[in-house]
Amino acid sequence: MSATALSPALRDPLAQRRLGWGIAALVVLWPLLGLAEFHPATLFDPANLNVMRTFIAGFLPPSTDRDFLGFLLTATLQTLAMATAGMALAFLIAVPLAFCATRSLSISAIGPANGRWRGRVVRQAVRSLMVLLRAVPEVVWALMFVRALGLGPAAGVLALAITYGGMLAKVYSEILEATDARPARALLQAGTGRIATLCFGLLPLAAQELVSYTVYRWECAVRAAVVMGFVGAGGLGQLMDQSLKMLSGGEVSSIALVFLALVVLADAISMALRKVLA
Amino acid sequence: MSLRLEGVGVVHANGRRALDGVSLRVAAGERVALIGPSGAGKTTLLRVAAAGLRPTTGAVSLLEADPWALRPAALKSLRARIGFVHQAPPIPPRLRVVTAVLAGRLGQWGVGKALRSWLVPGDVAGARDALARMGLAERLFDRCDQLSGGQLQRVAVARTLYQAPGLVLADEPVSALDATTADTVLRKLVDYSSGAGATFVASLHAVDLALRWFPRIVGVREGVVLFDLPAAQVTPERLAALYAAGEGGDDREPAAVAPHRATLPLASA
Repeated sequence: MSATALSPALRDPLAQRRLGWGIAALVVLWPLLGLAEFHPATLFDPANLNVMRTFIAGFLPPSTDRDFLGFLLTATLQTLAMATAGMALAFLIAVPLAFCATRSLSISAIGPANGRWRGRVVRQAVRSLMVLLRAVPEVVWALMFVRALGLGPAAGVLALAITYGGMLAKVYSEILEATDARPARALLQAGTGRIATLCFGLLPLAAQELVSYTVYRWECAVRAAVVMGFVGAGGLGQLMDQSLKMLSGGEVSSIALVFLALVVLADAISMALRKVLA
Repeated sequence: MSLRLEGVGVVHANGRRALDGVSLRVAAGERVALIGPSGAGKTTLLRVAAAGLRPTTGAVSLLEADPWALRPAALKSLRARIGFVHQAPPIPPRLRVVTAVLAGRLGQWGVGKALRSWLVPGDVAGARDALARMGLAERLFDRCDQLSGGQLQRVAVARTLYQAPGLVLADEPVSALDATTADTVLRKLVDYSSGAGATFVASLHAVDLALRWFPRIVGVREGVVLFDLPAAQVTPERLAALYAAGEGGDDREPAAVAPHRATLPLASA
């Protein structure tokens, strides 16, 4: 049956609006593809294909040189340590920020009681701080800290702590605000403090999502640690930078295999933790 | 005086007037049932009585204190002395029963004790005692999502018993329960109230339960108190007037269209 045959009463009032938004999104996105110089056809140009083929052929077979494997192990541990230490610091920054920013933990909102405006000011200030922390990409921080602290993973750890602190805080508070607020509200209503309300009212509902997001962020931190290695923060990135500059493709592919293994590892950890918290 | 409302009016943010000049005094240890059609303002009245909603006009005094004149810490400890039983138990399903019950005293505990109890339940004996009063002692270490709806509501009541409040408020505490469980839950709350000398105010859907368990009945309709009488004086005529379909009334109780019935609406109906 065509839409025109429907009586006005049966027509979905949202259908037109949804179609409109869909068209508007296309109109905005199409020129952006042009701006990004996205031309998929050039990928399949014979000349370009040939270049890629020789490039990839240079990667095989992966290097199994003893000395290199030793370097690779050290670099992997360094990258993991950088990511993990950065995440730990980021977590320490994020938890208090998210705790302050979460609206469902506001006591003064009940009533509303006196001091409500003060709560709002604090929440707004914390949100602005969160934006500031994650506004600058971690690589830029890393470049800066490498100049201040010298080459090595310490710069990467600090860079990760700052940006990821802001990101974790933002998403933690959003996850907490998206969970059912009724248990928390009932506890606050019975005179419970904010920290106890978080533990007894919100975390039992949100724990799984919080943990899986944290492990995913750790995985991102490992990748970011690699990228920061290219600007001198040590680890796998720095090793890969050297291998690329020396045109030893076999070493590059060995390093790439380690990336793959790390992502698989992160996935396994996430699955296991979710099972524990289910 | 446990609860004193003087000319309380509440206008919600959307402009809807929920209460209009409600005055109510409830003495310590008294038991009062609020009845009336849905949308009458019973829930709003209970929220005002729980220091959970600040009235637009009028004065409130709870357990001899004006909640909205208190400093935050004093308001917190006042709230810790008020127990609230919700229509739907506000308990996260993944919490264990023992933790859900212990949460009743979080308002009285410091943050250190609360966190210790979150990791390893502290006063297990106390939680078990409260659960035993609700006939659920053997479910102490089960997870709440393993309980039925009625059992979960009994856990919520056990939490309130464990809290040991001086003022118990209940918003439709038994409307989702079968007749037998509903009666049991009300009896436990009434037992607690008379044993501890605690004031008990509940809104109830089922008039027969209100008349059976509460010596004093307050009829609320369209945000005003229609009558405030001893249970014996609540006649079928008064109930008919309370539940009568008003002009353009769209969400009145279905039983209100049959005013000839002696008690309406019945819990078991």
